[in-house]
Amino acid sequence: MSTVTADPAPGRVGLPTKLRQSWDKNWSAWAMVVPVVLVLAILIFYPLINGFWISFTNQTEANQLAEICTKSITGGEVCKENPNAWSFVGLDNYANVLSGKVGEFWMWTANTLVWTVVGVAFHYGLGLGLAVMINRQMRFRGLYRVLLVLPWAVPAFVSAFAWKFLFNERFGVINEMLGWVGVDPVAWFDSRWTSMFTAVVTNIWLGVPFMMVALLGGMQSISDELYEAAEIDGASPWQRFRAITLPGLRPVSMTVILLGTIWTFNMFPIIFLVTEGQPAGQTEILVTGAFRAAFEGLRNYSLASTYGVLILSILLVFSVFYRRVLRKQGEVW
Amino acid sequence: MRRINKGLAALTSVALAFTIAACGEEKSGSTETKAADPASLSAELTWWDTSDAKNEGPAFQELIANFNKTYPNVKINYQSVPFAEAQNKFKTAAAAKTGAPDILRAEVAWVPEFASLGYLYSLDGSELLADESDYLAAPMASTKFDGKTYGVPQVTDSLALLYNKELVQKAGVEVPKTWAELKTAAQAVKQKTGVDGLYVNAAGYFTLPFMYGEGGDLVDTAGKKIVVNSEQNVAGLKVAKDLIDSGASVKPSATDGYGTMMTLFKEKKVAFIINGPWEVNNIKSAPGFGGVENLGVAPVPAGSAKAGAPIGGHDYVIWSGVPQEKAAAAVAFVKFLNSAESQAFLAEKLGLLPTRKSAYDVASVKSNAVVSAFKPVAEAAVSRPWIPEGGQFFGPLDQMATEVLIQNKDAKASLDAVANKYKAEVVPSYATN
Repeated sequence: MSTVTADPAPGRVGLPTKLRQSWDKNWSAWAMVVPVVLVLAILIFYPLINGFWISFTNQTEANQLAEICTKSITGGEVCKENPNAWSFVGLDNYANVLSGKVGEFWMWTANTLVWTVVGVAFHYGLGLGLAVMINRQMRFRGLYRVLLVLPWAVPAFVSAFAWKFLFNERFGVINEMLGWVGVDPVAWFDSRWTSMFTAVVTNIWLGVPFMMVALLGGMQSISDELYEAAEIDGASPWQRFRAITLPGLRPVSMTVILLGTIWTFNMFPIIFLVTEGQPAGQTEILVTGAFRAAFEGLRNYSLASTYGVLILSILLVFSVFYRRVLRKQGEVW
Repeated sequence: MRRINKGLAALTSVALAFTIAACGEEKSGSTETKAADPASLSAELTWWDTSDAKNEGPAFQELIANFNKTYPNVKINYQSVPFAEAQNKFKTAAAAKTGAPDILRAEVAWVPEFASLGYLYSLDGSELLADESDYLAAPMASTKFDGKTYGVPQVTDSLALLYNKELVQKAGVEVPKTWAELKTAAQAVKQKTGVDGLYVNAAGYFTLPFMYGEGGDLVDTAGKKIVVNSEQNVAGLKVAKDLIDSGASVKPSATDGYGTMMTLFKEKKVAFIINGPWEVNNIKSAPGFGGVENLGVAPVPAGSAKAGAPIGGHDYVIWSGVPQEKAAAAVAFVKFLNSAESQAFLAEKLGLLPTRKSAYDVASVKSNAVVSAFKPVAEAAVSRPWIPEGGQFFGPLDQMATEVLIQNKDAKASLDAVANKYKAEVVPSYATN
């Protein structure tokens, strides 16, 4: 850098020369990289940066235009300056959201954490259990596999509506079945945690097949010789599971847990369709709450961007933390 | 000579009569001048109908067929768009300046919002407003924003007390006029027939009759003040809460409350509900209900101040992105759809309440039991705040209704939270209590 300021000539000549040499040598690589960089810039970096920028303004649907024009059906158009045109507001949006003045950020965050942790724990636990069961030689194995993957094949909104109906307070099958064993019908959607329970159950039902298939794949890549050797050494099934299956599944598990966490965290349709955020918005998670706050009624673009940036930040912090934990355990990923 | 004179006089008088008739016709609607040759009007128009596709849609399609008898070269692309999606869909399309329908059936609260965003044609000076005085004042008010008119009212409605005549008769009770009377009537129904008396839907719009009944309101647009957390509204909610706590009303559910209410009413499992004329056709065709003969309609019961229900309904609006060449066709279509005859047709078919005074004079409307039952209801309806933010009042209000009526939270505290939300998110320039 100092050489450049002291004697600009080599820098000016040097860089183009270097570039030209590089181009001469690797022109094909350059030519192939450029479209990708362009596409990424247009599809990802521009919206991302634009989103950041909008979150520092107070842009909404109503104030995004500097002037509003009214056309008359008889011809003619009157334009007048928008008295409330948008402006830069600094960190106001973040202050409003984080202080709870607008929306219910902290309640949504708490809901999201419960939703994600419980969901992923059950996905992984049940998926692992089913994968172990199905990995053994048994009759009708193919049939079981098909049946267990079925929830995955049904479109999510269909399952959501089905479960919502099952939990219906008056007409639902679940309350009817509770009635058979003498339990009073439960008003599932009347309180925060029973309502959340219905959504979590739906999500578990939907998410287990993926975990099962992924873990089954992982198990089949573990060498049979290891099990045979362990059996000869007299290891019990539980010991074999702990000493061979679990460590062998580790790379797969880490990936699917990370994926599952991000997916569940951002899982929109289940909450939106099953509980609808009821009662009174108390089961809203970050993505659904942000959607309602920003897009129901007047569209508040700046608020939506603010939520977007906050959600992205939470997920970034999580993945950085997760990677660090993995690295500490010697996983190169 | 005399004969000739006579003949001439007769001729002149006939000619005179013709001219007068022609003049009269010209005066009655300037369309007639253009309609001299409706076939010359040629365009393709898209119409988003937000009415119920199954119960109401066919009647509107019949109207289009009638329209095409006079205007064979105006093709109408009829698209049924679910009411719940139409607002967002229209805004997305209008903001993108492409894909919005030429004509939209917009809910009354949407009109000022769309107009403030520049998405609608102002109709001032067009023949659509030539006979503006024929429209009822309350629904007409919803089409105005900032001194201009952006739509014509298609249908007006309001909430009323709907009841199952058979059950009410069996219980031997009078049709209630106050909330207190409703409470005793509902309890009597439950005692005598074993069927639930009342279903109070825990949603914002449906709590308004309770609030209006005590003299409350949401905001004071003239004084630019948020009054949603007033004493009157607290008192109104207590009335509603008492109906539920005393067992007069079924305990409402937090999701699908509206659907549950309708299912129970149609299956004769509840005697009284509070709902609007838009469900009449649905109730009428429900198997086992007993048809429209069994449906009773009364104004919403009164609180300590008055009986008040919110005004609702829909307006026809024209998207501002429609090219000027198509404007004449769009105007002709809306004019036809909203003529007194068409309104009378819809009233007869669907029980929709006309917005034209002249439509109420049509014989078939006059003799329609449902329409005449709803007419006083609509006339007494309380106007809502016609500001662009009007539609956003209901989100916080819905939450409040769930909290108070289902979760037993304190009405005052919940209403205070609504007021804070209005101040922070909906109308920041308004003063709070």
